[in-house]
Amino acid sequence: MKEERYQMAYYPELLLNELGTNEEMDNSRNPLPVSLQRKTLKLPTLPESEIVRHYTHLSQMNYGIDTGIYPLGSCTMKYNPKISEEIANWDVVTQVHPYQDDTTIQGSLQIMFELEKLLCVITGMDAFTLQPAAGAHGELLGMLIAQAYHKENGERRDEVIISDSAHGTNPASAKMAGYTVIEIPSHEGVVDLDALRSVLSSKTAAFMLTNPNTLGIFEKDILEISSEVKKAGALLYYDGANMNAIMGKARPGDMGFDIVHLNLHKTFAAPHGGGGPGAGPVGVRKDFKKFLPIPRIRRDKKYFFSYAHPKSLGKISQFYGNFPVLLKAYIYIIMNGGDGLTKITERAVHNANYMLDRLKNSSYLIPFGKKRMHEFVASAINLKREKGIRALDIAKRLMDYGFHAPTIYFPLIVNEALMIEPTETETKKSLDDYIDALIKISKEEPSIVKTAPHHTSFQRIDEVEATKNAIHNWKEIARLSVSK
Amino acid sequence: MENVATQNLSMPPKKNRLNNIEAFFTDIPKKILLKKFDIPKGISEMETKNKLKHILKKNIPFDEAPSFLGGSVKPHYVPAVVKAIVNRSEFFTSYTPYQPEFSQGILHVLFEYQSMIAELTGMDTINISTYDSATALGEAALMSSRITKKNRFIIPANISWEKKTVLRNYVNNLGMEIQELRYQDDGLVDISELNTKDVAGVYIENPNFFGIFDTRLDEIRETTENTILIVGINPLGLALMRPPNEYGADIIIGEGQGLGNHLNLGGSLLGIFGCKKNHVRMMPGKIVGATHDKNGKRAYCMTLQTREQHIRREKATSNICSNEALCAVGATVYLALLGGLGLQELAITNMERANHLAALLKKYGFSFPFKKQFFNDFVAISPINSKKLNDALLKRKFQGGLILKNWFPELGESFLFGVTEMHSIELINGFAEEIHEILQTIEKT
Repeated sequence: MKEERYQMAYYPELLLNELGTNEEMDNSRNPLPVSLQRKTLKLPTLPESEIVRHYTHLSQMNYGIDTGIYPLGSCTMKYNPKISEEIANWDVVTQVHPYQDDTTIQGSLQIMFELEKLLCVITGMDAFTLQPAAGAHGELLGMLIAQAYHKENGERRDEVIISDSAHGTNPASAKMAGYTVIEIPSHEGVVDLDALRSVLSSKTAAFMLTNPNTLGIFEKDILEISSEVKKAGALLYYDGANMNAIMGKARPGDMGFDIVHLNLHKTFAAPHGGGGPGAGPVGVRKDFKKFLPIPRIRRDKKYFFSYAHPKSLGKISQFYGNFPVLLKAYIYIIMNGGDGLTKITERAVHNANYMLDRLKNSSYLIPFGKKRMHEFVASAINLKREKGIRALDIAKRLMDYGFHAPTIYFPLIVNEALMIEPTETETKKSLDDYIDALIKISKEEPSIVKTAPHHTSFQRIDEVEATKNAIHNWKEIARLSVSK
Repeated sequence: MENVATQNLSMPPKKNRLNNIEAFFTDIPKKILLKKFDIPKGISEMETKNKLKHILKKNIPFDEAPSFLGGSVKPHYVPAVVKAIVNRSEFFTSYTPYQPEFSQGILHVLFEYQSMIAELTGMDTINISTYDSATALGEAALMSSRITKKNRFIIPANISWEKKTVLRNYVNNLGMEIQELRYQDDGLVDISELNTKDVAGVYIENPNFFGIFDTRLDEIRETTENTILIVGINPLGLALMRPPNEYGADIIIGEGQGLGNHLNLGGSLLGIFGCKKNHVRMMPGKIVGATHDKNGKRAYCMTLQTREQHIRREKATSNICSNEALCAVGATVYLALLGGLGLQELAITNMERANHLAALLKKYGFSFPFKKQFFNDFVAISPINSKKLNDALLKRKFQGGLILKNWFPELGESFLFGVTEMHSIELINGFAEEIHEILQTIEKT
């Protein structure tokens, strides 16, 4: 089949050390005693123009949300408004030191103070900290708060329950906070109340839950779940990765959650930065407020950092959180307003269901009924059985159409999973094109699909070889054979 | 008018809609369906910009009130090239590069980042970042415990309080015990009685929190031979200083914010984290490795992912997922732009400027508790109350040094001053002159 619609740019780009020259080190002006001086420093020298070309070439071999649809499930890859970037580059934002006197950072403090309040309204929690630098970082803080809470009550509870559809960070964060992780199987894609009851005990510290869950299904027994968890004396933790499904429609606080984290780089349109920086603020009910990290932000005519909180856990980050990310979330909230945010949720959910509906009667299987919130999981199990095409092959082949792959092989409870979250910022045409491509791929010659991608800068990349090579810097690159 | 974030998003035409919108939300129990969403109505992009301008003009950035605050982050110049590349949306609107064929650009950049930090530090494998140097220390302590199966972790008493509190939060619930080593009269940590029996790891900083270079490299190597040595580095200082692998480091951590990233009120930072190859499977975070594509072209991808949470869940080496990748991109372009010689030149400038300020302060009656050679931070004790001096400086549009009294009361009215290339000789002279005047005024009264 001839593809005329998409071809990714390709430059045979070398590594910087192969492009530049290494000048000899000159220690004549090095003020350190000779015994402490370093002898070599092989960081290459290149003219500015060449550096700009090098990195511009590389950027053109990188696909972002500004390039096209990026429907990674649970990642909420929505368009990032340009105005936020512009403001985040202002000197009054960038040229500010974390130890400056409070009176000289009134603007930043006001934004953080108001953002905390806005996030409380959005989630139904009583207080927020903006300090965690990412979602998983927020989870860790949440689990530390759970530890502090139970300890204060004189209780030793060392188990945290998660569902088998939970994000991988949930069990990893619980473990880092010292908990034993108990995984319960889901039933028909949702929490199995009997399974939950059977593991809840006086040892349970918390149940970590995403709602809607990673299948995109709203846990409609949520009030019963929360009452069971509470009955056992445990806490309910909300993983906010999927908040884009319910913002303005329902709030974790009203569902009975005690501790919540949000991912501002997901729901609140801050860019993902190729992997970060993000921000994972944590919200809590009144009872847990005293454990939040210092400093807290207070207002008494002027805004100020407040450190006198003896029960506080101290710090989880070096300073106050990733301010530019916080600023972008703040801009996003005030610009869209309550009305806009609700509309965003509706469109996000609509878009996912529109795609899901269009996949009906295709070769893709949609496990566990058909209604979803902001994302859904399709299975390529039939294609694997019939044609030997795996989820991975489909992900790679989608790139030949100029589209980013969905999240694949997650959640673990679905075989050959394709987890799709389009977000609200995709147009109908964009959704249609994506589904058309998925359906087309299911009908293509397996040999084409299994060898995809063909129209990207690079063809299929051998990840197994990377593990075997263990080449992690350019000094080691000589060990990489020129061509296989 | 609809505002920018939601405008032009054509909802599928009515006939294509599956149901009415409300039907999508019927799984939410009625009882908790939100009746009133108490967030003000949206405003236009122009109004937003005006509002933000109004709020943020209450900040006084350090180009208006120059800062001499010391500590793990300081103002450094961010070259226009770095901004231009980091602001390319192909990079900053991408996700973690799970599909390498679509993300060779950032993978290639991050491989260069790993390579340049490896060159600076003498480590083999550098991860693509942790959140900041404080969380990097927490991760390093946990890693040392994974390697040695031991639980005691040793730190100098003279590291920042932020690092101490973050470290405790990382290790406290995992049965690890933190032990502090006092510092000597010369400001260096006392390693003379260091016993590494049953110790998972030892952390030292070079230059340390007081800005002092540690000169006892052989001694450090010998005393920590039987444990995991973690060295906290300053990447700029390493342009002059022997890399930590030469004195036995197994793991290095550091703050990379100064490499081409703005201060932004202390976030987003860049936690540098690296280790020797023999420990790589115990390492937290994401790593980029070199490989080939199907046609034999050299290519890059994330590697050793079986250490990570999305595969190993509770058995992962860390819970870290999102990190500070874009700050690492900034650091890469920055190091590319300076090259080895440029970085060395910059380091010398930093050191000279810091010494210039120290000499002036000495003239005006400050005393110096430590006699050792320092980099771009130094401790100086004020002849008057430190808070009083800073308040007076602020009135004159200067931000003085970091007051150390809360954490190091034994140092009296001490400051940690930080000086970089951002502080011209004229600026430093002006700052010292202001201090001189303030001191004289107070003397008179």
